[in-house]
Amino acid sequence: MADILIDHVHKRFPIPEGEVVALKDINLDIAQGEFVCLLGPSGCGKSTLLNAIAGFSNPTDGTITVGGKAVTGPGPDRGMVFQEYALFPWMTVAKNIRFGLEIKGMANDAADARVTELLDMLGMREFANRFPKDLSGGMRQRVAIARVLALDSPVLLMDEPFGALDALTRRSLQDELLKIWSRLGKTIVFVTHSIEEAIYLADRIIVLTYRPGTVKSDVRVEMARPRDAASPEFNALKRELSRLVTEEQQRHEAAERAGLTTD
Amino acid sequence: MRRKPWLTALQGAVVPLLLLALWQAASSAGLANAKIMPSPVAVAVRWWAYLAPADPYDPAVGSYLTWIFSGELIHDAIGSLYRVVMGFLVGAVLALPLGLLMGASTKAFRWLNPLVEVLRPIPPIAYIPLSILWFGLGNPPAIFLISLGAFFPVLVNTIAGVRQVDGIYLRAARNLGAGPLTIFRRVMLPAATPYILSGVRIGIGTAFIVVIVSEMIAVNNGLGFRILEAREYFWSDKIIAGMFTIGLLGLAIDSGVTRINTHLLRWHRGLEH
Repeated sequence: MADILIDHVHKRFPIPEGEVVALKDINLDIAQGEFVCLLGPSGCGKSTLLNAIAGFSNPTDGTITVGGKAVTGPGPDRGMVFQEYALFPWMTVAKNIRFGLEIKGMANDAADARVTELLDMLGMREFANRFPKDLSGGMRQRVAIARVLALDSPVLLMDEPFGALDALTRRSLQDELLKIWSRLGKTIVFVTHSIEEAIYLADRIIVLTYRPGTVKSDVRVEMARPRDAASPEFNALKRELSRLVTEEQQRHEAAERAGLTTD
Repeated sequence: MRRKPWLTALQGAVVPLLLLALWQAASSAGLANAKIMPSPVAVAVRWWAYLAPADPYDPAVGSYLTWIFSGELIHDAIGSLYRVVMGFLVGAVLALPLGLLMGASTKAFRWLNPLVEVLRPIPPIAYIPLSILWFGLGNPPAIFLISLGAFFPVLVNTIAGVRQVDGIYLRAARNLGAGPLTIFRRVMLPAATPYILSGVRIGIGTAFIVVIVSEMIAVNNGLGFRILEAREYFWSDKIIAGMFTIGLLGLAIDSGVTRINTHLLRWHRGLEH
């Protein structure tokens, strides 16, 4: 059953010299409970597509349907985790997680219980009354994940969530995310430019082309989890994806150089 | 290793004490005309006389506590402080909602900002003649002037504070299902507080400057009035004692405001030590 349906989606941005076609005729069908990674170099429109699913910017043409409803604006049915964490720095960890519940109008006791449950799930109970500035990047991103999990949204959108973390923290958050995903059965759309991260996490990897953003390749990853990054299978896939992404990266760099010389 | 606080305090006292000693030595040597430049000892004696109760303690008049605080200086300081607080409150209470509106709404900003920009460079002191015409003498014109002094810093900082709110917080809040009112109250307002509070601090500082000036013109008590009165009697020691008191009061207000700010902004990165 399709949970996210992306139907003939185009996105164009006006710029002084004309327009940028960020997305061109994207058609995707993401099943419920599927873990999908959008992979590509910067400028390939992967974040644009994610923002369109989140409802932050509507497509120029085409429609996006999530859970049978057309997307017209942001909403708590599609929780978003940002690379910059976007935690409210004036709220403690517990209050950040509670924010969405209060907006929902959840009763105090129920909200308290939910916050405690999430803090426990992510192993952050002792951080409940800290402010975000006192946390490491990994801890901050855990709070951001807990904040969207609190909403119990069926879909999780993640925009390079672990991009700013060091390799070890990154791996432990990836494992934690996989654990949460297999436990809660969410549909996850995860943007990354790391090939290895995509292979480690995803059921399905969608490689996007550099401008205009189109689907270059749609790859299923059949390896059993936890996946071993040293295995031949992993590396074969890595080589293949690497070739695809590098082609687009080269187009990106060529376009940049062309842009510079015409200035 | 942390420096011992008393050591820092001791170090800070060295230069002022040295200057005081030099000043006293110059006065004792007769280098300065005591009429216009009294010695520090004379100033201290005068300061004590200014601070201490004028009449001996009499249980029939009132309690011991009211007697202790019956000195002229205490009355002046309370008068000045009252005007600062009232004036600041009037100014800030008007500036805050207006600043929030102008920061949040581009439309309101376009309508109102030109007027603000034209009025803002007029120093509150320039309103003195008009304030006396409108409000006569006493507290009303003083509070009017002080509120003007506090109004613009709070306004301008509130506008800037709301306008600089990082879009990522708004996006996160919308994603969590927040409506416009919740976003305003729980995201934009707290995100703007560092700016608003720095406006408050500047506003109180300006209010304190204006109170002294307005007391010299329109009021017949308060610290500003007292030092001008002392000049008429050629009491230079009292002038300096009054100035010293003004400085102490200003320092007390500013450190009080800073303490409140530090508490309110305990979540803020900029205050990490």
